[in-house]
Amino acid sequence: MQFFLEVLIGGLLSGVMYSLVALGFVLIFKASGVFNFAQGAMVYFAALSLVGCMGMGAPLWLAFILAFVIMTLLGIATEKFVLRKMVNQAPIALFMATIGLSFFIEGLAPLLWGNEVRALDIGLVDEPIPWILDNFNMVVSSFDLTAAGLALGLVALLALFFQYTRVGRALRAVADDHQAALSIGIPLQHIWALVWAVAGFVALVAGMLWGSRNGVQFALTFTALKALPVLILGGFTSVPGAIVGGLIIGASEKLAEIYIPPVMAGWFGGNFGGIEGWFPYVMALLFLLVRPEGLFGEKHIDRV
Amino acid sequence: MFYRETGQFKTSYAADQQIFPIRQDRIGVILLLLVAFIVVPLVAGNYWFNAILIPFLIFSLAALGLNILTGYAGQLSLGSAAFMAVGAYAAYNFQVRVEGMPILVSFILAGLTAAGVGILFGLPSLRIKGFYLAVATLAAQFFIVWCLTKFPYLSNNSSSGVISVPGVEMLGFKFDTPQSRYLLVLTIVVVLALLAKNMVRSTTGRAWMAVRDMDVAAEVIGIRLMRTKLLAFAVSSFYCGVAGAMYAFLYLGSVEPDGFSLDLSFKILFMIIVGGVGSVLGSFLGAAFILLLPIFLDISLPALAAALHLPFDGATVSHIQLMIFGALIMFFLIVEPHGLARLWQIGKEKLRLWPFPH
Repeated sequence: MQFFLEVLIGGLLSGVMYSLVALGFVLIFKASGVFNFAQGAMVYFAALSLVGCMGMGAPLWLAFILAFVIMTLLGIATEKFVLRKMVNQAPIALFMATIGLSFFIEGLAPLLWGNEVRALDIGLVDEPIPWILDNFNMVVSSFDLTAAGLALGLVALLALFFQYTRVGRALRAVADDHQAALSIGIPLQHIWALVWAVAGFVALVAGMLWGSRNGVQFALTFTALKALPVLILGGFTSVPGAIVGGLIIGASEKLAEIYIPPVMAGWFGGNFGGIEGWFPYVMALLFLLVRPEGLFGEKHIDRV
Repeated sequence: MFYRETGQFKTSYAADQQIFPIRQDRIGVILLLLVAFIVVPLVAGNYWFNAILIPFLIFSLAALGLNILTGYAGQLSLGSAAFMAVGAYAAYNFQVRVEGMPILVSFILAGLTAAGVGILFGLPSLRIKGFYLAVATLAAQFFIVWCLTKFPYLSNNSSSGVISVPGVEMLGFKFDTPQSRYLLVLTIVVVLALLAKNMVRSTTGRAWMAVRDMDVAAEVIGIRLMRTKLLAFAVSSFYCGVAGAMYAFLYLGSVEPDGFSLDLSFKILFMIIVGGVGSVLGSFLGAAFILLLPIFLDISLPALAAALHLPFDGATVSHIQLMIFGALIMFFLIVEPHGLARLWQIGKEKLRLWPFPH
């Protein structure tokens, strides 16, 4: 039981990280209807920029601001040179364009900052919390807990931003109806550039946390692949969905990784590790058969 | 001037419905086939066969398969490499486990196996579409590759799923020279491409296009959605499966599951984006473009760097390649969403009028 809880907590905490990446997808999808496959590449780019700036001698806070500026510029450039030219094309074409974008960024990032694996130190240590270890005899990493706290704080901040600021209201208006938003005088292109900047910010936080844990390396781009089942589960348009989906995926994949391979080995013999690679997808797929719009997604209505 | 249909009258239904209704097209295709079957084997060297022509034909077939699913039936798939893997491993198992199995039969069976798996992973398409489906096909990609790595039976108990295929032999003739393998691949690809070309103009193909353009409307006019979508998945996976079998047997000789990665799926997707979504010709043009571009860049970038005295190393070249790939995809989607095939069509339209402006 204790072991189960430990795995569960570990899974939930890593699930928060998935949520963070999924959040970037949801933000852009809500505001512009673009399914941004390049979010993972943006996480990589953001983390590399952060490390690169720190490597030039900037302290963490300054490097963070600089990396944010770089991500904003990247977002604005994307809006200006790619998305604006693709208005009125099918969503699926936009999706394929973001696959192209992710290749572009994956080439650009190491070209600017070098491609070696780098350590990122943000002053958090990855050690079990002694208090929990003493009282409950469970290993819960303080790093994971802090990261989860940061992620939840970011989500709360974003929720407030969306709910109570002028810009946030404009963002929601654009998400609801592009044309109606335009007709009441909301500058659509500014809003899109802003959304990409916010998504860049989320990518930066995600990149910082993932990067300081596993080192800043190309594998960061794969976080996007992990975030996709989270999105399916939570629904593409829902911020709470991204959080809940992330938690479910994180917890279930860790539990599956621990508990399924021994059962399968019992049936077929052999080693069946590495289930986490596909388990979230298959789970999301089965879930889709029951509820195609996701946990919190909007019900899709087709008009002929 | 050269390309004019004046005076070509269709006097029978058969003449009106043939694949290439314009005489110049027919002559062109026949000439192309003659060159491919007779001239190329005589003049091309081993490097050309092994590094360019054989992979080009195999990837064209895979791209054609994806194009049927994505371009004609409108179901975006990110798992084509996995279906190639199914084909490769199925063909291997039929060859190894069944004594005296003719190679062509095992290729066909491999395609059918892939089609079965394709139908299985196509089932979600009945409930979901668009991005949701794209993500669902990723499940196929990861799950299949994992299965091939972890179930020793599928790779005949070899370590980590690497298979080395036996030599290809048909009616006592050994396909051991590059020329003979090229001719075998070419024959299979030509037959399957002609089949595909016919299929997309038939009732089936039209039903696919109707589903692609608007599935609710298609359902209203009496197209059975389930049958049509699953058929698209089956046919597409069949093509990918045969391509995968040839990839293992006639191109590489030894493959591992991780070779059929997501990157390969993306590569095939890029082929149809660049070549032309919803075009048989486009699959070939796209495959040629995506295969030749890295070779061209590998040669030209270091030369360019040397000329400009820039400090380029291998890693930089590969990064620039990635950037150029990405930029090209975006460029094509923005400027010419119908790809090279559309440019070819525009060229033909222009030739029709040349040298007059109207």
